[in-house]
Amino acid sequence: MPVIQTEELTKRFPATTALDRLSIEVEPGVVGLVGANGAGKSTLIKILLGLSPATSGRASVFGLDVTEDGPQIRERVGYMPEHDCLPGDVSATEFVVHMARMSGLPPDAARERTADILRHVGLYEERYRPIGGYSTGMKQRVKLAQALVHDPEIVMLDEPTNGLDPVGRDDMLLLIRRIWAEFGITVLVTSHLLGELERISDHVVVIDGGTLLRSSSTSEFTRTSQTLLIEVSAEADAVAATLTSAGLTVKRDGAQLVLPLDDDEVYDLVRDAVAAEGVGLIRLEQGRHHISEIFGEDQGGVGR
Amino acid sequence: MTEQPSGVIHDIGYRKYDGPRLGRARVTRALYAHSLRGAYGLGRSARAKVLPMLLLGVMALPAFIIAVITNVTSDITGGLPLPYSRYVMVTMPILAIFLAAQAPASLSRDLRFKTVPLYFSRPMERSDYVLAKYGALATAVFLLLTLPLLIMYVGALLAELPAGEQTGDLLLALLGAAVFAVVFAGIGLVIASLTPRRGFGVAAIITVLALSFAAVSALQGIIRYEVGDADLAGWLGLLSPATLVDGFQTWVLDASSSSVAPPPGAAGGVVYVLVTFAVIGACWALLNLRYRKVAVS
Repeated sequence: MPVIQTEELTKRFPATTALDRLSIEVEPGVVGLVGANGAGKSTLIKILLGLSPATSGRASVFGLDVTEDGPQIRERVGYMPEHDCLPGDVSATEFVVHMARMSGLPPDAARERTADILRHVGLYEERYRPIGGYSTGMKQRVKLAQALVHDPEIVMLDEPTNGLDPVGRDDMLLLIRRIWAEFGITVLVTSHLLGELERISDHVVVIDGGTLLRSSSTSEFTRTSQTLLIEVSAEADAVAATLTSAGLTVKRDGAQLVLPLDDDEVYDLVRDAVAAEGVGLIRLEQGRHHISEIFGEDQGGVGR
Repeated sequence: MTEQPSGVIHDIGYRKYDGPRLGRARVTRALYAHSLRGAYGLGRSARAKVLPMLLLGVMALPAFIIAVITNVTSDITGGLPLPYSRYVMVTMPILAIFLAAQAPASLSRDLRFKTVPLYFSRPMERSDYVLAKYGALATAVFLLLTLPLLIMYVGALLAELPAGEQTGDLLLALLGAAVFAVVFAGIGLVIASLTPRRGFGVAAIITVLALSFAAVSALQGIIRYEVGDADLAGWLGLLSPATLVDGFQTWVLDASSSSVAPPPGAAGGVVYVLVTFAVIGACWALLNLRYRKVAVS
């Protein structure tokens, strides 16, 4: 049974239409919700939480209608907002304990689970200091902790990687993956970066301008979107030719070569090609798509 | 199925929670307790405790002095130098400062740090949040008013004033204090809910609670003694929260009035009562309206 289901969900604000007859289904797992800023991601989450009413259409979480059964849904959901939401003058422990109480946990359980969850998100000694002095990364962890402290069945994370540096971003993504893989909690996570979500999601939903662009499992999604970026120390043309003759479509992007990453054999082909030409491999990384690139490619990729 | 786990065990792993989940009512009660403690700085930083505790002390000091005087002079006067029910009006500035400090601390804080959406994405309804916050501040104010009255009562009993009479007076004064608490907390919270900026809240609450009292009292004095219209002066008392509740307890609880002019006659008394309840109802409605609309983004 889908955890989240929307049918023809529409949300109009006086000036804009945030969601336009959006119908999606979300199965348990890590589900990435991708869209440019203003695509309607946050609006969708707020409707699912019953924080904001839909203009028309239906939405349900665990099969419960969001307009009728808001309180029952919110008891089983965790929510991490995009914006800052932490008081600066209390410690992470005090804050998360209070939020656990607000989720209906008795005092002892609230304290116990707060200690547990802060450890899981990676906050140790600093959890006794006032939140005002935390780095962005630590604040994001506290925000995540308050969303998980009551052991929800699904957690909705709105742009959890916002404002983080590359290392913090990777840590956060790994943590999100663990929420499903180890904690068994379904995750709905939004981002405007497709690349980072397809690394951790089982399913990716792309929305733009409030409408559904595509919804598919990550494996089939990445087949058409994942690329490998390589840079060699010399003889880039020769390497490109070798790879082309091995059956790959190679694109030149300045000094870099971009290859479609269909499966792991591509890595072997790259290794062989570089070895054959006797050049150094300076860079080898998965291409990180910005959402707009995907759409640009999609429009151009008529031959597919 | 035969796949070996490849990861390393970093910690004892995630534990599911299958204990009880308390419903809306208990959550609201928890927020009430948290906010009530917060109004006196309990569970908050040492700096947050200074002002409310200081005010509690300042509030109790005159009562202590009155209690001492009562004991020293009981042979001569045979009563408290100040009736219980007038104590609130005499210490009005302290009450106004307490509300100006603690109403914004209760509401503006959640607005400023944008914590409100975290509450509303949990089981509680918006009206539960308003109820808990309103109840907590009203209780905090009531406790602030009760402490000095109890000190005076103990002083009166030690001075061997008639216990029955003193107890009756005290209970009526406590009833009056409760009305003061509910009206003042309501007005303070409505103002505080409108601004995430604590400073604005403090200034606005002082203005509405304390300055309106001074202005209305002055105007009442002029009209009563210069113009000679005691009835009109009495009606003017409706315009400030302090004179309104004072009129209410003068008429309903037969308290000694501290206002320049008490409510004019029985009709006036009834109007004072109706307006008092209307103000409480309006505060409740405005707070709920405010939190129905409050941005959750």
